[in-house]
Amino acid sequence: MNIRSVLVANRGEIAVRIIRAAKALGLRTVQIHSQADADSLAVRLADEAIDIGPPAAKKSYLNIEAVLAAATSAKVDAVHPGYGFLSENAAFAEAVTAAGMTFVGPDAAAIRLLGDKVAARQAAARAGVPTVPGSEGRVSDIAEATAIAARIGFPVMIKAAAGGGGRGIRIIESVAEFERQFPQASAEAAAAFGDGSLYIEKVIAEARHIEVQILGDGESFIHCFERECSLQRRRQKVWEEAPAIRLPEDVRARLCASAVALVRSVCYRGAGTVEYLYDEASGDFYFIEVNTRIQVEHPVTEMITGLDLVQEMLRIAGGEPLSIRQHDVRVNGHAIECRINAEDPLKNFMPWPGRIDALTVPEGEGIRFDTMLYAGYTVPPFYDSLLGKLIVHDIDRRACLMKLRRALDELLVTGIPTTLPLHAALAVDPDVAYGRVDTRFLERWLENRFTAPAGAKEVA
Amino acid sequence: MTKADIRSPLPGVFYRRPSPDSAPFKSDGDPVVTDDVIGIIEVMKSFHEVRAEVAGTAIRFVIDDADAVMAGQTIAEVQQ
Repeated sequence: MNIRSVLVANRGEIAVRIIRAAKALGLRTVQIHSQADADSLAVRLADEAIDIGPPAAKKSYLNIEAVLAAATSAKVDAVHPGYGFLSENAAFAEAVTAAGMTFVGPDAAAIRLLGDKVAARQAAARAGVPTVPGSEGRVSDIAEATAIAARIGFPVMIKAAAGGGGRGIRIIESVAEFERQFPQASAEAAAAFGDGSLYIEKVIAEARHIEVQILGDGESFIHCFERECSLQRRRQKVWEEAPAIRLPEDVRARLCASAVALVRSVCYRGAGTVEYLYDEASGDFYFIEVNTRIQVEHPVTEMITGLDLVQEMLRIAGGEPLSIRQHDVRVNGHAIECRINAEDPLKNFMPWPGRIDALTVPEGEGIRFDTMLYAGYTVPPFYDSLLGKLIVHDIDRRACLMKLRRALDELLVTGIPTTLPLHAALAVDPDVAYGRVDTRFLERWLENRFTAPAGAKEVA
Repeated sequence: MTKADIRSPLPGVFYRRPSPDSAPFKSDGDPVVTDDVIGIIEVMKSFHEVRAEVAGTAIRFVIDDADAVMAGQTIAEVQQ
């Protein structure tokens, strides 16, 4: 492998995850941090740490010049961007390469193409991947939007062409709503993403969110099967599983093959995810978007395949061909991940930073806790609320759910409220156990069924 | 004349304006009615309105725009 050191251009649990993977490959690790993260676990674990600026992400983790200056001064060979922040910023990937270092991810051209929702949709269609009925490209005005909606039927979604992570999406039920929402959506997209262009997709009712993990080295491309991410709140994933629930074998084969066809068509290098909506009633699936980075939920795939996806990313970046072929990737059992956030689920998910007084982590075979926490750590208010991810693995989904209940019961975070009570309630819910879920299930469930579970511990 | 405090409901960064280019929600000396928005708290990439739970003839802020606040910390005082 032709890289010996890596700069971790991120924070939180993913920074810790990258440091561990890099060290397992014998790489030197350099962690950048804002002034609010000087006490972070990632800073403690890395071989070297560099302060890159004030707490506000714009002045530190999103500041391309500051990150590049740190990488240059630390003389690293490579930069791993994690997820969020600069991970899907083509200009950053270009700048890293121009400075003579390796960007751990696809090249800038692939990030740019797949990061643009309209271009990605067109690339998917060219590769033979089914797309959600909608506009062929950007929609320029309300008249055009109305004509498309008349053809495909309401409700439709307005999406920002440059959006991602569920942000910038509006549901439109009628022509009258177009008049009001279209200009607002365009203005918001311009403010948030620097690009006000919009496109339109039909809303697929009762869809499930299923995504395929892929790996590519530019010449060979494989899939690592799929994940089910239907439990979402405000379009943010809350609980993820692998493999998908009740997915017929022929659908799985077509879904995974289509993801590989798409990344092959752009000569993809690195780890990535192709996201789909799946309509269980008809058995149809539709392409949504490609994430050109490692994702929060990657551990469930690691648990069922035995692969280390972050190590694979680093090896690919280091110029090695894929170490595995498609027939080497096999599904073993079932895995579930719960995202533990610093939010109070009993008070409308109010975010709540603060000091972690004590931490007890569950142990045992098939239990993994990817986290940034340690007892005595103070969670800063400046970044997102993800504290860690509890991942369990067992021989099948039923056994996995049993193990999850036990692990959730043992996991204790005191000092601030967390979303643990939400997961404890979901883990004993009959609809979740039967897999009767879609992307709107959690919002309905929170409205109608969620109360503090019996015996929930007061932690605040 | 009595005085009541408006306290921060959560920890974060307190802003007196809806956006950097806007006028402040309230200036010192303004009257306040119950449920008036007096500011915004940014915490973990989300924004939360701070509403007055009391009414009064004049508000006076005791912290500056963009200051960090703790839960329960006094943001402003209201003359009643």
